[in-house]
Amino acid sequence: MPHRSTPRAGRTARALAAAAAVAVAAATAACGSRAGDEATAAESCLDTSGDTVKVGALNSLSGTMAISETTVRDAIYLAVDQINADGGVLDKQIEIVAEDGASEPTVFAEKSEKLIREDCVAAVFGGWTSASRKAMLPVFEDNDSLLYYPVQYEGLEASENIFYSGATTNQQIVPALDYLAEAGVESMYLVGSDYVFPRTANAVINAYAEAHGIEILGEDYVPLGSTEFSTIVQQVDSAGADAVFNTLNGDSNVAFFREYTNVGLTAEDMPVMSVSIAEEEIGGIGIENIEGQLAAWNYYQTIESDTNAAFVEAFKGEYGDDRVTSDPMEASYNSVHLWAATVEKAGSFEVDDVQEAAGGVSFDGPEGTVVIDGDNNHLSKTARIGIIESDGLLHTIWESDGPIEPDPFLEGYDWAADLSVGE
Amino acid sequence: MRNFAQSRLGTLSGFAAGAAVLFGLAPLVLSGFRLGLFAQFICYAIVAVGIGLAWGRGGMLTLGQGVFFGMGAYLMAMHLKMADAEFRSGPGAVPDFMELAGIRELPAYWVPFASPAFTIAAVLLLPTGLAAALGLAVFKRRVKGAYFAILSQALAGAFAILLIGQQTLGGFNGLSYFRYFFGFTLNDPVNQRMLYFITAAVLLAVVALALQLRRSRYGELLVAVRDAEARVRFLGYDAANVKVVAYAVAALFASVAGALFVPVVGIISPASIGIIPSIMFLLGVAIGGRATLLGPVVGALAVAWAQTTLSEQFPSAWTYAQGLLFVLVIALLPGGIASIPKLAGRVRAKNQARTLEATA
Amino acid sequence: METIVGPLFTGLSTGSILLLAALGLSLTFGQMGVINMAHGEFIMAGTYTAYVTQQIVGDAGVSLLIALPIGFAVGGAMGLVLETLLIRHLYHRPLDTLLATFGVGLILQQVARDVFGAPAVNVTVPEFLRGGVDVLGTTVPKTRLFIMALAVVAVAAVALVLRFTSAGRRIRAVVGNRDLAEASGIASRTVDAGTFFIGSGLAGVAGVALTLIGSTSPTTGQSYLVDAFLVVVAGGLGRIKGAVVAAVALGSLQAVFETYSTASLAKVGVFVVIVVFLQLRPQGLFTLRTRSLA
Repeated sequence: MPHRSTPRAGRTARALAAAAAVAVAAATAACGSRAGDEATAAESCLDTSGDTVKVGALNSLSGTMAISETTVRDAIYLAVDQINADGGVLDKQIEIVAEDGASEPTVFAEKSEKLIREDCVAAVFGGWTSASRKAMLPVFEDNDSLLYYPVQYEGLEASENIFYSGATTNQQIVPALDYLAEAGVESMYLVGSDYVFPRTANAVINAYAEAHGIEILGEDYVPLGSTEFSTIVQQVDSAGADAVFNTLNGDSNVAFFREYTNVGLTAEDMPVMSVSIAEEEIGGIGIENIEGQLAAWNYYQTIESDTNAAFVEAFKGEYGDDRVTSDPMEASYNSVHLWAATVEKAGSFEVDDVQEAAGGVSFDGPEGTVVIDGDNNHLSKTARIGIIESDGLLHTIWESDGPIEPDPFLEGYDWAADLSVGE
Repeated sequence: MRNFAQSRLGTLSGFAAGAAVLFGLAPLVLSGFRLGLFAQFICYAIVAVGIGLAWGRGGMLTLGQGVFFGMGAYLMAMHLKMADAEFRSGPGAVPDFMELAGIRELPAYWVPFASPAFTIAAVLLLPTGLAAALGLAVFKRRVKGAYFAILSQALAGAFAILLIGQQTLGGFNGLSYFRYFFGFTLNDPVNQRMLYFITAAVLLAVVALALQLRRSRYGELLVAVRDAEARVRFLGYDAANVKVVAYAVAALFASVAGALFVPVVGIISPASIGIIPSIMFLLGVAIGGRATLLGPVVGALAVAWAQTTLSEQFPSAWTYAQGLLFVLVIALLPGGIASIPKLAGRVRAKNQARTLEATA
Repeated sequence: METIVGPLFTGLSTGSILLLAALGLSLTFGQMGVINMAHGEFIMAGTYTAYVTQQIVGDAGVSLLIALPIGFAVGGAMGLVLETLLIRHLYHRPLDTLLATFGVGLILQQVARDVFGAPAVNVTVPEFLRGGVDVLGTTVPKTRLFIMALAVVAVAAVALVLRFTSAGRRIRAVVGNRDLAEASGIASRTVDAGTFFIGSGLAGVAGVALTLIGSTSPTTGQSYLVDAFLVVVAGGLGRIKGAVVAAVALGSLQAVFETYSTASLAKVGVFVVIVVFLQLRPQGLFTLRTRSLA
């Protein structure tokens, strides 16, 4: 194949390439600190001299996660409005700077950096997927700022710059397993979407099962968003386990429960315990396909308490009667109040002061009183098992004896000593 | 005018202007954060240059550039994770995310990535080699047009699914939390600026390489293959080889862009490389002008910028705008923005002709 | 027995779903070389048609039967509009159609999100399709049997139309050689519009049927699109026969892979098989011998 370049063009391009090489060399020569040097955190540009203080709300308003994350944002706005109506934080009105995470981890990283460095917010509320949190983590650490993350997750993380207001594994999955074991379940089938939370959750479940003599009859993963469950449901059916533990995400749940019901499986003969289905999702699945099945969370709309009644009423008043409240919404609502309480306690918006003051700060939320654990920035929370009833809501059928202390690394559980998520 | 644009002087002054903006103007007017963002956009622009070559000049609609972008990114990310682990706890240490996932032993395929030289070689060679092999397999059998487009798209989908399943590559979360880049701390503003300069310099180098290819005999062959593959074959050339080269070079550019993307952005995950991101790479190229040298660069930068600023204010409207841009540019302005001057020229000529007629 | 019936049935069932999604695509792709990325959104439109119909009619069984023809009309009408406004002007640039229709797909998705909201909505499965039938020890859901039957009916209908009606003859003539067809007095543009109407209508029907097993949300169509394209590519241009065989083959392959490994690896495996297969038969399973030079 002839491949000779015309001499003139060749010379031009070579000259340009050489120039580019020189530019790279010049760029590399002017360099900053190397590995091992003292890290220099960027100066915060937070300005608290005015009547207002800015906070960031970073949720996906577009893309696949928008379904869930827009509800979280509604709850954040509700909490901020309430605090402002009560006179604000340290006598300052809270002003929200909203950003769209677009369901993409890189966008979350980009927007959180913008919120911190350009908008100079005091704290950021948001994030949903673990991928988005992992993407934001270095940004918050490098810029020494605060993120309040509102969703139950797989644990194994504790950063000084993140406050986790959702459940960690020992406040959701472990109690769910305790409940099933108490109910006499001796064998289980695990079904999950193929990403980090289900895999970690199933590692925990496997370790628990081994220690408690529960047999795991199968463990299947489908790609995120997959809607083809024929094979898996057949395998579940023929395995004949006492219960199914479901860590599927999003639309996959719809297809899974339809297939499950269609082959004639019911909650009576093989109950499904889900950890990612809240009030919001039940409507899309169809109540006839999921009635009687179980879920594990810390909060349900049906919890009977004055605080919750007030919360549900305020939420419906703001966003409409047809809306429901769910665990992640409640957790994000709590997180705003917890931040405000911490700031009041610290008497300052400075990150160092807030971190210092955080341990022991409590808030009487719709789920009951939650307290920040100063060691790992998680909350103590009450675990609840709910059953889906014909009204499309979850109703508590079991709850833990009081709030459970957070243990993100499962250090207090002997059976979890050698946890491995590897295949 | 046309002659000047194509002349050596024109090219050099074009480059000088580009370099002045990238190295002089941008660092002066942009804050540290915006400069980092600009570096991210430049990574997209580097991918766009490759697509411009393969699609604009070669007629191959590569719907799967995310694969090569992702490979470059993951290869680099593996090295950065290894370097972090080594810095924390000595050679052969397991990266932090694996430790958390309970993986106590370093998987064998990670080991060589402790070496920076190996990593750079892998970034340059692996995706290029894969593209060449795939290209040979596909183009030799004369799979082309829509068939090739759909296959490359399915490849991107399959690759993303495969990655999500790999716990030793971070699964769905991908790889993140990088502290050092070849021995330099990444969160130091001075080093971030340096990283920007490297990225900008790579963009210039990539454009220079693309220019070299376009002006060579090979470049002419490539266009000939695009416009009349059968005739080129009748003339005794192997059209498949011509296409493979362009496809492999596009893969190389994408891989390099991915490798730079990782330290610049700080995370790579399957979400950035699947089917949708791969199509989005094309949007900038189409808008800028697929067949031109600088069109894809300008288009990619413009789209990324628009996405960032517009989506901040109007997330829902942005999706409409994105869709409309695809439809309108492709349907009404197939040459992209780059063709506007030419179109304007034609209209002017027509008007002139009409004036002449009128006065005559 | 159980172990054979299970995967076999799943293969046929998955295949019939793929076929429903790909049948319309195969028609339009085959005749016009047009890659319609908005095809997935036409399927999505079908699912929402089923939803709206059920909201109005109430009874799940009646509304399903009404929704099938309405879905055809809705999908077909959308296709006709798309064809007239956009695709018609891009016939000589097939790759550009792909990108332009992708843009249309983005817009349609956002429209669905703004009209119906982002969360999935529920379409109730009619009473007579709930539960399963026992086939040789394996429970086979009735919904899947219904979809298989529908796929057979759809294929038969398309084949009959193509084979025995004058419209079908015109379509075949244009597929075979556009210039000659035009020369013999066939208005190929009208035929194109007709084909696009039928092809998109089939997407609407597929959407209505898929509400029985899957979710109804703005992104529903996307999950079927790539697989549908693979079916068309593997089956060969413009061959209904090819689409049928390829759909069943890919469905079975997916089911078998999935039985012995994971669903994720099955997807990757299917792709590898297709690439290797195209090495052997670059034009797909069944090649249509056209008398044009391309």
